[in-house]
Amino acid sequence: MAPTWPQLFTFDSATRVEVSWTRYRRPPPCPPCLPAPSRQGECVITASSPPAVELHGITKRFPGVVANKDIAITVRKGTVHALIGENGAGKSTLMKILYGMQKPDEGTIAIDGEQVSFNNPGDAIARGIGMVHQHFMLADNLTVLENVVLGGEKLYGIGAKARRKILEISDAYGLGVRPDALVEDLGVADRQRVEILKVLYRGARTLILDEPTAVLVPQEVDALFDNLRELKAEGLTVIFISHKLGEVLKVADDITVIRRGTTVGTADPKTATTKQLAELMVGSELPTPETRESTVTDVAMLKVEGVTLAEAGGVVQQIPAQPGAPEDDTYLHETATAGRLLLDDISFTIHKGEILGIAGVEGNGQTELIEVLMGMSTPDAGVVTLDGQDITKLPVRKRREGGIGYIPEDRHRHGLLLESPLWENRILGHVTEAPNSKRGILDPKAARKDTERIVREYDVRTPGIDVTAASLSGGNQQKLIVGREMSHNPKFLIAAHPTRGVDVGAQAQIWDAIREARREGLAVLLISADLDELIGLSDTLRVIYRGRLVADADPATITPEELGTAMTGAATGHLEATDDHSAAADGDTTEDEAR
Amino acid sequence: MKKFDKDRLLLAAAGPALALVSAFVLTMIVLAASGVDPIDPLRIMIEQAGYEDIQVLIVNQAGIYFLAALAVAIGFRMNLFNIGVDGQYRLAAMLSAVVGAAVSLPGPLHVLLIVAVAMLTGAFWAGIAGVLKARRGVSEVVSTIMLNAIATSLIAWLILPKNFGVQPAGSNDLTTGDIPESGWFPAVSLPGGDIYGFTFVAFALGVVYWFVLNRTRFGFDLRASGASESAAQASGVEPKKMIMTSMLISGAVAGLTGMPLLLGESHTYNLSFPLGIGFTGITVALLGRNNPVGIFFSALLIAFIDKASAGLDTAGYAKEIGTIMQGLIVIAVVVSYELVRRYGIRRQQQKVGEELAAGHAIKTEKEVAA
Repeated sequence: MAPTWPQLFTFDSATRVEVSWTRYRRPPPCPPCLPAPSRQGECVITASSPPAVELHGITKRFPGVVANKDIAITVRKGTVHALIGENGAGKSTLMKILYGMQKPDEGTIAIDGEQVSFNNPGDAIARGIGMVHQHFMLADNLTVLENVVLGGEKLYGIGAKARRKILEISDAYGLGVRPDALVEDLGVADRQRVEILKVLYRGARTLILDEPTAVLVPQEVDALFDNLRELKAEGLTVIFISHKLGEVLKVADDITVIRRGTTVGTADPKTATTKQLAELMVGSELPTPETRESTVTDVAMLKVEGVTLAEAGGVVQQIPAQPGAPEDDTYLHETATAGRLLLDDISFTIHKGEILGIAGVEGNGQTELIEVLMGMSTPDAGVVTLDGQDITKLPVRKRREGGIGYIPEDRHRHGLLLESPLWENRILGHVTEAPNSKRGILDPKAARKDTERIVREYDVRTPGIDVTAASLSGGNQQKLIVGREMSHNPKFLIAAHPTRGVDVGAQAQIWDAIREARREGLAVLLISADLDELIGLSDTLRVIYRGRLVADADPATITPEELGTAMTGAATGHLEATDDHSAAADGDTTEDEAR
Repeated sequence: MKKFDKDRLLLAAAGPALALVSAFVLTMIVLAASGVDPIDPLRIMIEQAGYEDIQVLIVNQAGIYFLAALAVAIGFRMNLFNIGVDGQYRLAAMLSAVVGAAVSLPGPLHVLLIVAVAMLTGAFWAGIAGVLKARRGVSEVVSTIMLNAIATSLIAWLILPKNFGVQPAGSNDLTTGDIPESGWFPAVSLPGGDIYGFTFVAFALGVVYWFVLNRTRFGFDLRASGASESAAQASGVEPKKMIMTSMLISGAVAGLTGMPLLLGESHTYNLSFPLGIGFTGITVALLGRNNPVGIFFSALLIAFIDKASAGLDTAGYAKEIGTIMQGLIVIAVVVSYELVRRYGIRRQQQKVGEELAAGHAIKTEKEVAA
């Protein structure tokens, strides 16, 4: 794909407000950009002004391995430039170089046309480069104001001047940040805005956003994109790292694809499809999407009836929700009060060959539901039946032996022993089952052999099975987990965020594995924050909100937007596709299914 | 994948080497700073180790430390810090001495009874901390420290002559009475002295420890719990049961710690029964990285410092130099192991990256982009 700089900014979708601006307009004044509530026009910044960031011939070698090879990227001022690539393709190394955390071995960096050399992030910040990390770096027990000034006290002090500045920035870019709110009371989206504000406060003109949408629901993603449009309207430049190709196409002005350490092409977001991008990223054609043939049978495999779980008392105190993990905290998250129902009269049935998808903002009972199904906590009321057997009181191990497979939502906490070798990780969770042990004695030889088989069949990229799990990339760790769980012929699989933090190639493989097992009669409970994944894979959809299943939907007709509305509790009952949404959204869905 | 194994071995050796070298250098600095010749005491200690009688003392002491360290290591392997080995060991030694002196049985049975009482006592004492942790979430660090203090008082009371104590004629000491000869464990006689027979039982227990941890389901569950409690729970380990089981086993082994001395030499529990063995056991387990071979060598090393430094007094140096050395080893071990661990992880991640980039991945069936 040849680098094509869009010459004219016309819009392909009728839903967008058509605004075209004369070229050579200078930032920051660009007032007409501000209105238009949902979609905004784009300011064209002059082609003659030097690019905000120009990387040329960047090569970075680590002993024995080339992380970046002859990378060339030009980021035009006042644009959103998306950088996409598989995990391990070299995006993070490149961003570390741009942010001054690593020095390139070869190549040049030019900021605003001026060649620079960064020794540390301080240098980069001084040149107006700011980074918003994927994992927020905020102190929960401090206010927004305190978090923003922390480390930047010299800029505007810590008092009234700083507050004025914060409000000024917040207003200018429509961030809506309240300086005196405690960060712990903020939801994920608000925290992200604080992070962005922190960077702007330090004078950044170019923002690097690392996977910013990973933790957001569609409505929040739209709000974030509105913010990004504000930023570029004010002449700021955004470098946007993402996996979610649908979103990239929505927000980016330019796209650069990185594969195996080098730039393999650029794409025009107006003409490219997610499928093309994905293929460019992976470097080969993706498996064609499977036609939706239903494999749902009428044999009930898992039956959940009236399961209720209260917050305190009676509940065996198990793994507490991790404090500080931002994913768990959402704007819907309530301060926990004793006795609050975490699960409120949950009932559903999953048949053989059926995938039941559960949508919901994180922290609305998904984790608790999984714990009840796995046996990690005991419900206060209700019955769980697996294949006709009441398992409500069975311990975890018996359930696993009885045919429950588990792809945990947090593979590092619940799915792997990071510092143990792969073959020991293959044993984890199935220590009592063949081939891992016989009569209480481990069989390392057989376990190792079977690990090699999993590595082979599930395409886990590793030099061997004696390396620690921590040294694999997220996608390969996940493939190992999927392979392990599938190796014990489960009757029922709990798949919680099975492709979170996983690259496109591995994503397709994991989906394939789940689909294949479904064809063979597996019942699957799919919990995911990726609505496209939910809609694409599920046979039936339910929405969980504050511990209740509040809505159901048909994945064949529902759109991510409608699902998102139900996830915030705004819609209940059976969700029907409404006409005015479906036009734009359907396009997205089919594109994303093609991944 | 021999390469990774060799790497891991090298790294495993690097930690202790780094720790010991820095501990010795620090000791020399401390000595120099206090105006003492930094080399001469070390030379004397090494010279001491050349004598046969000192060697026997070292081996005997090492056996005791080995048991204490195993007890600590079992806890460590699942992230439980059993600081109470000292109390468990002393209480076990005392009660088993009382029972041993009270009964008369044929040889092996007598010894077995004493050993069984010791294990049960140790397990019981550690089990209290286990119950508190499993039922009420009380930190085992706090409860075992407190149980140590309670054990001290309890022993002081139990050994009073009005209870189980016996005061030998013409002595201020209090004992629990002598265990008849049928309750003695045969020793191995060497020119330098007798090596307690129980020392060999101790080392054999190291083999059992290795097998249970590395080759059984239970051991896997225990190690998984130590590596990641949350992952272990999701894998089907019941955390409370695991806490109880490992605490009981740790206590039982702690109970054995007093056996070499009781069965091999003193044949009674008295006021001069050594204090603090359990704490030295923590040092030994740390230095030996909870690995039986590592613990064996570190037990020998610490026993060497103990016994060889005793001779410093006669040469005009303070024998506390040995204690300082042990303290510095603990600090150096904690720091250097963490450094080596982090380095190891980083290095392996890098190596895996390299290998993959060089196309050395195991052949997979799909090979999409590789």
